Amino acid sequence: MIQHRKTILVLAVLVLVSFGLTACRERPTIYVYNWGDYIDEDLIAEFEEETKLRVVYDTYATNEDMYVKIKSGGSTYDVIFPSDYMLTRMIEEDMLAKLDLVSIPNSLHIEERFLGLEYDPENEYSLPYTWGTVGILYNTTMVDDVVDSWDILWDPKYSKELLMLDSQRDSIAVALLKLGYSINTLDQDELAEAGELLKEQKPLVLAYVVDEGQDKMIAGEAALAVVWSGEATNARMENPDLAFAIPKEGTNVWFDVMAVPKYANNKEGAMRFINFMNDPEVALRNAEYTGYATPNKAARDMLPKEITEDRTIYPNEEDLVDAEIFVNLGQTLSLYDRIWTEVKAH
Amino acid sequence: MKRFSLFPYVIWMTLFIVVPMFLVLYYAFTIPTETGATWSLENFGRFFEPIYLRVLGRSLRLAVISTVICLILGYPAAMVMAGNAFTRKNVILLLFVVPMWMNFLLRTYAWLTILERNGVINVLLANLSLPRLNILYTEAAVVLGMVYNFLPFMVLPIYSVLSKIDKGVVEAAGDLGANAFRVFTKVVFPLSLPGVVSGVTMVFMPALTTFVISRLLGGGQFTLIGNLIEQQFLVVGDWGFGSAISVVMIVFILLSMAIMSFFEGEEKDVALW
Repeated sequence: MIQHRKTILVLAVLVLVSFGLTACRERPTIYVYNWGDYIDEDLIAEFEEETKLRVVYDTYATNEDMYVKIKSGGSTYDVIFPSDYMLTRMIEEDMLAKLDLVSIPNSLHIEERFLGLEYDPENEYSLPYTWGTVGILYNTTMVDDVVDSWDILWDPKYSKELLMLDSQRDSIAVALLKLGYSINTLDQDELAEAGELLKEQKPLVLAYVVDEGQDKMIAGEAALAVVWSGEATNARMENPDLAFAIPKEGTNVWFDVMAVPKYANNKEGAMRFINFMNDPEVALRNAEYTGYATPNKAARDMLPKEITEDRTIYPNEEDLVDAEIFVNLGQTLSLYDRIWTEVKAH
Repeated sequence: MKRFSLFPYVIWMTLFIVVPMFLVLYYAFTIPTETGATWSLENFGRFFEPIYLRVLGRSLRLAVISTVICLILGYPAAMVMAGNAFTRKNVILLLFVVPMWMNFLLRTYAWLTILERNGVINVLLANLSLPRLNILYTEAAVVLGMVYNFLPFMVLPIYSVLSKIDKGVVEAAGDLGANAFRVFTKVVFPLSLPGVVSGVTMVFMPALTTFVISRLLGGGQFTLIGNLIEQQFLVVGDWGFGSAISVVMIVFILLSMAIMSFFEGEEKDVALW
């Protein structure tokens, strides 16, 4: 009799557990890994509502952080947001899954000129999420000169008044652009020259920052800062004294894209998420929230004219003649690493 | 039975201390090649280039300065708490401990707003028509951050040793004719040495390896050893060089522990660790 009771108990437990399991199975989950403050989080709730998928949302601060986490294999994210050069690196290292464009019909809203770019020529692995440039954000009450050249970042007049990016490719790119070289140069001498220039600039720099730069500029703590265009848009809304300029020597045009890691557990859910984010209405609200330019044509057409006609946010093609996209550097990356380590240690 | 109860700790230590330690050593002494890795001292050779030795020098200098300031500020505070002059000494003790309930990063961020150009201190100074103080993003700010964050680690061990000193010994010294100064130099201070030693160690080590304080309050300009290691692992991905720096750091910490235990003498059991 006791034996029977035990059997019944075990069966009951099993039934309960299996109920629990099916309950979980009914609520599949996708894991999304994005830059900090880079999405309108209300949209995530709406996506959950619409698809009945659960979204677990995590954030990172730099491409390199994200890369290390995916590479080490300890985590299984379904959607990630690498930048152009990092995407290429991840493709080359076979870390990504191909996108299923059939299940992303909203991809047709993406402007033609943002597809088929060098970092992912066939758009097999990625669709663009935002794009922008790098330029100089400056406080018009503190800067009298015309800001149209990277040279101003080496002007001793603004000693301890300028903020540089604590990001190696971006800061080295600024020096390369000032020197008139390609931001993707593989030439050792050109890179050494850029490194020297950055060391020379170091006494003038107030601080090397990433996220704090925007706040410091809003608070009037510095006169000039190298920032990404979307941050400039946000900062200018908070402090009308600020202005943004893309220097005449050229700039870096960058793309942050949506991609799916190779070992994602819920690739189907990931495709639905990417499709959702490319819905014109959703992309519009997201662009309004983040302040970054959207590659989604339908969304862009719905944005207010004063935003889409602002060439610092949506530069037109002639503004971008001298602009370059970062490419993955392969082995030469270690030279960039070394130069940046030396600049920082100087 | 005793052996058996130790078992989980041995496994824990092997998994999380010994194995990682060997991994660090492995990465430090190898360089990647086409086919795998080969033994090499290249990573260490690179560390001994002048530019990185300067980083090491700067780290040691700032750590020593911070430790000395902590000692100068912390010892009298510990004496006040251990003595009888002040009746509410628990309140002071609590005041030292309460900030530690808050997150370390948050406390360091708070200093950013206090020290910045239009920050709390400067607004106050401006209202008093005094000249402004621009110390954010300087070495002074980094030292300030270290002293602020690590001061409790100096005060608490010294306090715990001082409060255990037998009052009779101090009274005896007085009865035998020593003035207050001699009582302190000949009796109290020597007896408190174990506390000073553990306080110094507990401030010096984190000060030597910190990377958050120097990045936030130094604005990324004052690269310390900790920043260099962090950069190698998180940004650059050069695990070999990062591990080599870590190994050098371990050597320095072992050295400082050896020096400290020499001073510590026999009374190890009084110290906090």
